[in-house]
Amino acid sequence: MSARHLYVHLPFCASRCGYCDFVTVVGQDGRHAAYVAALLAELELEREALAPRLESVFLGGGTPTLTEPSALARLLRALPSAAEVTVEANPETITPELAALLRESGVTRVSLGAQSFQPRLLQVLERRARPDDVRRAFSLLREAGFDNLSLDLIYGIPGQSVADLDADLSEALALEPEHVSAYELEAKPGTRFTYAHGEELARQAEAMESYFERVVARLTEAGYRWYETANFCRDESRDLRSRHNLAYWRGRDYLGLGIGAVSTIAGRRWRTTPRLGRYLASLQAGERPERELEELPAPVQSWERVLLGLRLDEPLSLAGLGDAVDAAALERLERLGLVARAGGGLTLTERGRFLGGGVTAELLA
Amino acid sequence: MEQARIRNFSIIAHIDHGKSTLADRILELTDTVTGRDMRAQVLDSMELERERGITIKAQAVRVTWKGHELNLIDTPGHVDFTYEVSRSLQACEGALLVVDAAQGIEAQTVANAYLAIENDLEIVPVVNKIDLPSANPDGAAAEIAELVGDTPEHVLRISAKTGDGIAEVLDAIVERIAPPSGDPQAPPRALIFDSSYDQYRGVVAFVRVVDGSFTAREPLRAMAQGTRFESEEVGFFSPTMRAAEALQAGEVGYVITGLKDVSRLRVGDTLTSERTPAAEPLPGYKDVKPMVFAGLFPTDSDDYPDLRDALERLKLNDAALFYEPETSQALGFGFRCGFLGLLHMEIVRERLEREFDLDLIVTAPNVAYRVLTKAGEEVEVHNPSEMPREIERVEEPYIRASIIVPKDHVGQVMELNTERRGRFDHMEYLSEERVLLVYELPLAEIVLDYYDQLKSRTRGYASFDYDVIGFREGKLERVDVLIAGEPVDALSLIVHRDGAYARGRMLVDRLREEIPRQFFDVPVQAAIGSRVIARETIKAKRKDVLAKCYGGDISRKRKLLEQQKKGKKRMKQVGSVEVPQEAFLAVLNLDGNKK
Repeated sequence: MSARHLYVHLPFCASRCGYCDFVTVVGQDGRHAAYVAALLAELELEREALAPRLESVFLGGGTPTLTEPSALARLLRALPSAAEVTVEANPETITPELAALLRESGVTRVSLGAQSFQPRLLQVLERRARPDDVRRAFSLLREAGFDNLSLDLIYGIPGQSVADLDADLSEALALEPEHVSAYELEAKPGTRFTYAHGEELARQAEAMESYFERVVARLTEAGYRWYETANFCRDESRDLRSRHNLAYWRGRDYLGLGIGAVSTIAGRRWRTTPRLGRYLASLQAGERPERELEELPAPVQSWERVLLGLRLDEPLSLAGLGDAVDAAALERLERLGLVARAGGGLTLTERGRFLGGGVTAELLA
Repeated sequence: MEQARIRNFSIIAHIDHGKSTLADRILELTDTVTGRDMRAQVLDSMELERERGITIKAQAVRVTWKGHELNLIDTPGHVDFTYEVSRSLQACEGALLVVDAAQGIEAQTVANAYLAIENDLEIVPVVNKIDLPSANPDGAAAEIAELVGDTPEHVLRISAKTGDGIAEVLDAIVERIAPPSGDPQAPPRALIFDSSYDQYRGVVAFVRVVDGSFTAREPLRAMAQGTRFESEEVGFFSPTMRAAEALQAGEVGYVITGLKDVSRLRVGDTLTSERTPAAEPLPGYKDVKPMVFAGLFPTDSDDYPDLRDALERLKLNDAALFYEPETSQALGFGFRCGFLGLLHMEIVRERLEREFDLDLIVTAPNVAYRVLTKAGEEVEVHNPSEMPREIERVEEPYIRASIIVPKDHVGQVMELNTERRGRFDHMEYLSEERVLLVYELPLAEIVLDYYDQLKSRTRGYASFDYDVIGFREGKLERVDVLIAGEPVDALSLIVHRDGAYARGRMLVDRLREEIPRQFFDVPVQAAIGSRVIARETIKAKRKDVLAKCYGGDISRKRKLLEQQKKGKKRMKQVGSVEVPQEAFLAVLNLDGNKK
């Protein structure tokens, strides 16, 4: 068993956004090179978990493009090649030099964290980029030759009106990205953001139904395929879905490198220590960093297959998943017009997809 | 003791007006207890009573004062136990009527004073707490004199706290209250004015001997119920149990019966000897029936057997408690319980929770209804869901309510009583400032939040008491609640026709708030028969997704889903609709109705 998908975590950020709950590191600029060295050491240690040929590599963060350019270049050159190599980028970090560097280092796809085009809302999110940064980054990346760009949008930002949302969608569409991810803002309990905006978020919770519907309607009308709960791609002859993320949703194995990174291979899932110091120390000593291990027994794997698979617009084959699905619930949901069965596969209807979480909870035995 | 030297008396007082403290001082001054033994307020034996400041079960204590035997019979202090109070009073020839010098007369004082007067008791009026800085002994004395038709000068003024005036109280008992006047030679008769259950000795009856005498090892019979037993021991409390050779005419004491079930020896019944039985029982026995009913359900359904055992044990000591198994669609297995009134219900609930460590859901209480069906059948209904749909006539219990209120609040009280279908009976000025209002009201109108409303509309000044006066016909309707077209038995209620729309509306609104949105529209309706009187629709959910899900957080999302799944399992299925227990509770739970 070996993974054909590789995730690499680059945790460094210029500042931490209030809503963020990823593993990030602020103010450790001096350690970029050491961290990249550690990543490569870890890659060597885990090499046999990887298939000889990879389908996708994904550099996420953090802010990968904040990584000191020579360290980033070294990393990219040392990573195995793959059909799709994605790098997450914050718009304000994109320079012509960096765009060229990414292009020359084999990156095929850039995912830009735009989030919003309203300065006021960007401020609420504590994002550093201005709306112009997004447009500028976009054209720099296009000029450098990228033909597969993704934009991240967030909706449900405290104070965001329907008109704001419409404006964001129009701005995003005007840039003609190949791919759009649109997430409802998740205020995780205990974050600074929830503390500051919790009440406003609770107040607008009901309105999020129509926001979600609006996002899907606008993007599909513009010719995008709603291929996953929160992801859209231009529907053309090229398959523009994120191959890396598809691997997660299809339950494929993947290896994660870096602090806080998660791997799932052959029924075992582990998460590498999120602590930078320990991570560096272990790898400098030539040892595997600490990890938190979770065994995934077969029923749990089946559960996850259903939970993930139903996020997609393609049918989920129930072969081998029979026990995970409650037959009575399936029938009930079919009657309600929320799921449809075709040729041994299961898909959610359009209305079912808007209710995907609840439908899945009901469907799972 | 010859009857001429016996005095039997009670103390009538509103809660906190100092009854227990006065009793303690009497025990001290008569050397019945020494300072070392003196637990504050000896008479209140139950933990609960101590904390709530109320007396649940009457006891009697014998003291000696200047060559006389004085029996202090403690009366239960509350409205729900009117019958028990009246039996306790019947065991006496006189009563101390104690009023707080700062508070004046309360409704409860009035109700019990009337009971005492009805029982031909000599009333010894006492103003207590004259040591308080806020005391107005003259004002209180004037009120109490007015109430009992005495002169203010005749009212004793004491401080039970400091002991000031206690000797004068004891002297007044001897001087003013008549000795008993039964026939010592007649076949024995004793009034049972209370009973309690002892784990080792069985039912202990508290009695007042009227005629003849009672001894141990004597075959006895309770005349109304026909229960037969042999007395194991007779005696009196002073303040602890002391066996005696006999209880003579005029005396007060206890009889240990060996009976294992308190319901076989009811308060108000007459004991007589099997060997020389009396021809007639003493007057006034009533079979007390519960008037207020509520469902008691364990929060955790696994506790059902524990609840059953606890009710069985409580019943041993509380003949008025009634219960039968009930199954509710919404709340599972529990019991329909009947109580004398609201306080009785509260006491039972607290004892179950405290003494038996049970976690309970108590549904909103309703009253007993007497129903004549169209088929000509007469049934008593304790649960709205059992109300027949084809009704010829329904009768509901009525009460006479005494409300004492400062005159400025009379308007608010009248308004409240009118809203609650009250009928004005009369009004008396107790003093320049305070007014006694007497109303007749359906009991159903006070079981929910009447007392809270009364308190809030009078800024806490009103005091309230009531007694049940009988059943009367009412224009009552059964209102059903339907969720997605399915009737929900647990939510049915019986309401007066005029209030049916408002209650139906309230219920429907409440449920709309409490029932989470489903995958489809859910109509919630209130209906009388097939006529819908209120309707709301819980609109279908349009969005229920986890925003994003990537490799790093699959486990967390899975756990969220497991939680969601668990939440679903706790839901009650009503037809195709999932209703959380909390939604039922919001409508049914007693606490949910308190504002």
